[in-house]
Amino acid sequence: MSVLVDENSRVVVQGITGGEGRFHTEQMLEYGTDVVAGVVPGKGGQAVAGVPVYDTVSAAVRAENADTSVVFVPPGFAADALFEALDADLDVVVAITEGVPTQDVSRVSRVLDETDTHLVGPNGPGVITPGETKAGILPGNVFEPGPVGLVSRSGTLTYQIVDSLTARGFGQSTAVGIGGDPIVGTGFVEALRLFETDPDTEAVVLCGEIGGEDEEAAASYIDEQVETPVVGFVAGRTAPPGRRMGHAGAIVSGSGTGTAQNKIDALESAGVSVGKTPAEVVGHVADLLG
Amino acid sequence: MKLQEFQAKELFREAGIPTPTSRLARTVEEAVVAAEEIGCPVAVKAQVQVGGRGKAGGIELVESIDEVRAAANRILGMELKGYHVDRVLVEAAVEPANELYVGVTIDRGVGRPVAMVSTRGGVDIETVAAEDPDAIAREQIDPAFGMFEFQARKAVHEAGIDRSVADDVAAVLTALYDLWEERDGSDAEINPLLVTDDGVVAVDAVFNVDDSALFRQPDLAAVAEATATDELEQRAQDYGFDYVRLDGNVGIIGNGAGLVMTTLDLVEHYGGDPANFLDIGGGAKADRVANALDTVFADGRVEAVVFNIFGGITRGDEVATGINEALDRFDEIPKPVVVRLAGTEAARGMEILDTDRVRVESSLEDAVQAAVAAAGGRT
Repeated sequence: MSVLVDENSRVVVQGITGGEGRFHTEQMLEYGTDVVAGVVPGKGGQAVAGVPVYDTVSAAVRAENADTSVVFVPPGFAADALFEALDADLDVVVAITEGVPTQDVSRVSRVLDETDTHLVGPNGPGVITPGETKAGILPGNVFEPGPVGLVSRSGTLTYQIVDSLTARGFGQSTAVGIGGDPIVGTGFVEALRLFETDPDTEAVVLCGEIGGEDEEAAASYIDEQVETPVVGFVAGRTAPPGRRMGHAGAIVSGSGTGTAQNKIDALESAGVSVGKTPAEVVGHVADLLG
Repeated sequence: MKLQEFQAKELFREAGIPTPTSRLARTVEEAVVAAEEIGCPVAVKAQVQVGGRGKAGGIELVESIDEVRAAANRILGMELKGYHVDRVLVEAAVEPANELYVGVTIDRGVGRPVAMVSTRGGVDIETVAAEDPDAIAREQIDPAFGMFEFQARKAVHEAGIDRSVADDVAAVLTALYDLWEERDGSDAEINPLLVTDDGVVAVDAVFNVDDSALFRQPDLAAVAEATATDELEQRAQDYGFDYVRLDGNVGIIGNGAGLVMTTLDLVEHYGGDPANFLDIGGGAKADRVANALDTVFADGRVEAVVFNIFGGITRGDEVATGINEALDRFDEIPKPVVVRLAGTEAARGMEILDTDRVRVESSLEDAVQAAVAAAGGRT
C-alpha cells in the first residue's frame, strides 16, 4: 500500500519536450513509472523517449487513460497548465515548477478546492512510492520500499533523510514533497490524513522548515487525529528573521512568527519526537520501529 | 521585492489613493527647492527599504526652510539600519489626527488574499495582531472574483471606522486591493492612513512585489534597485543565487533550501558558526558552481567551505565538473573545501572530483564536522 501514487498510476508529463521534462521523463521510465503521455500545446503527434505527445491534457487522458500529471511547465504558463490538469479530472497533479507567482497559486488552489484532485507542489520534487512508481524528480536510487511515510517541504532534505533511513534498513511507503512555496496544494495535514489511512505506513517522518504555520497546524492535527507515530525535523534554526532562506515560503517574519523553535515546540507538545540532525531523526524512527 | 516609499506612492496615486504632495530629492538643494514648492511644514523622509525609519532618525518634521536644509543635510548620506541614504522624500506635512491601518496580503494558512482594516494605525500592525487580534477586521477574498464592493464596506464597518469617513476608507481599500492584484503585490499596506478634515490620506506606503511575478511586471522589475547591503550579497544576487550572509567562518554551498538550512543548523550543532546560506538551486551547471565558490571564497571571514550536494535535478557529475573548473581558476585553493555528493550521478561525480584539491566525505555529518574542524571551531 501507499498514498497518492502506486504501480497502477498512469502518468502524463506536461512540458515533456523541455530539457527538464525530457530528462526526468527518461528517469521516471527508468524507475518503472508508466509514463503514458506527454502534453505540449502545438506538439501533438511527436514522441519523447517513446512517449506519445498530445496537444491537450484531455486528449492525453482520453487516449492513454492517464490519471496522474507531472508538470514541468515554466512559471509564466504553469498556472494555466495546472488549471488544464484540474479540468481533466486527474487523481493527482504534481507541480515541479519553481517560481510560480503566488497569486496564480492562490487561484489554482481556489479551483482545486472544487475538485477531488490532489495537487502536490508547486516547487516540490513530487511523490515516490519506492519499488512501484515515481511522479517527479526524486532520485529513485536512494529509496527502498518499507514502512516509513515521508512528508517534506524540501526536496533535497527529503533525499538526505531517506538516504539515512535506507542506510539503516528502514524503507519508505511513500515520500511526498509538498513544496517550498507560501501556498501549496497538499499540505502537512492532508498528507498526514492520507498516511493515516495507509495500513502499511507504520511511522511518518515530517520535515518542516521556517515560515508560515503549516507545521503548527500539523501539530494540532497530530494531537487530535493521528494514531501513526510521527517523527519530526525542522530546518532553519539558525535562520535570521526577515530573510528569505531560498524557498519563497521560508522566512521568519520580523515579529518572530514562523520560527523553527515555535514549530519544534508545537510538534513536541503534540507528542512528536523531533530530531536535531537527520541522524537523530533516523534514531527516533529506529526507536519506534526497532 | 520591496518598493521604496516614493515608488509605492507613485503606484498609489495612479490607483487613485490620496497621498500628500511630495518631491524626491537627491541633494540638500533639491530638498530645499522641493520644500519651497510644497510649502512648510514638510516631512523629510529617508528613502530606504526598511521599516521603523522614524524611530531610527530617518524622518524629520520641519517648520522652516532652514530646518529643511539642516534635516536634509543630516539624513542624506546617513546609514540607516545598514542602508545608505541617498535620497529623501520631501512631503507636505499632514496634521496629526486619527491614524488608521489598511492592508492586503496573502493568508498563507488558507491560501487566499486577505484585506485588513483597523483603527489602530500608526504602530506595527503585527504587534497589534499579536496583542489584540480583534482590533483588525479581516476579509478573506475569493481570488477568482477579487474583492466584492460589500467586502470593503463590511471590513470598514467591522473595524469600527467612523461613519463620516467610512466611504473614503472603503474606496481606499478597494483601490489598494485592485492595485495589489494587478501589480502582483505580496504585501500592500497603508500605515498610517490619516483622517483629515478633507478625507483620508496615505502618509506611508508599503508595496512589496512577489519576486516570482517580476517577469510580468517589467516596469516594477526595472525600478527594482539593489536591495543588498553588502558587497557579497550583491555579488551573489548578480550571479542569481539565493544567498544570505551570516557572521561565522564556515562557508556553505548546497542545493535545495531545506538542505542548505539544515547544513547551517548542523554547522552550529557541531560547534561551528555558519558564514552564509547559499543555494545554487536546481539544475546547477558547472559555471554556476564555479560562481558559488567564487562568492564564498570572497568572504574574508570564511576559513573552510562545506559543499553539500544531494542530487535530484542537479546531477553529481555536473557538480563535480563545476567544482574542478572552479578550482582551476585559483592558483592555489584559498581555503579548505570539503565536498559531499549524493543522489543522481553521485558515484560518477565522486570519480570526477579532484581529491588532490578537495576533501571528499560521503556522509553529511562527517562533511560538516570536517569543515568545522578545518575552520578552527567557533569564531
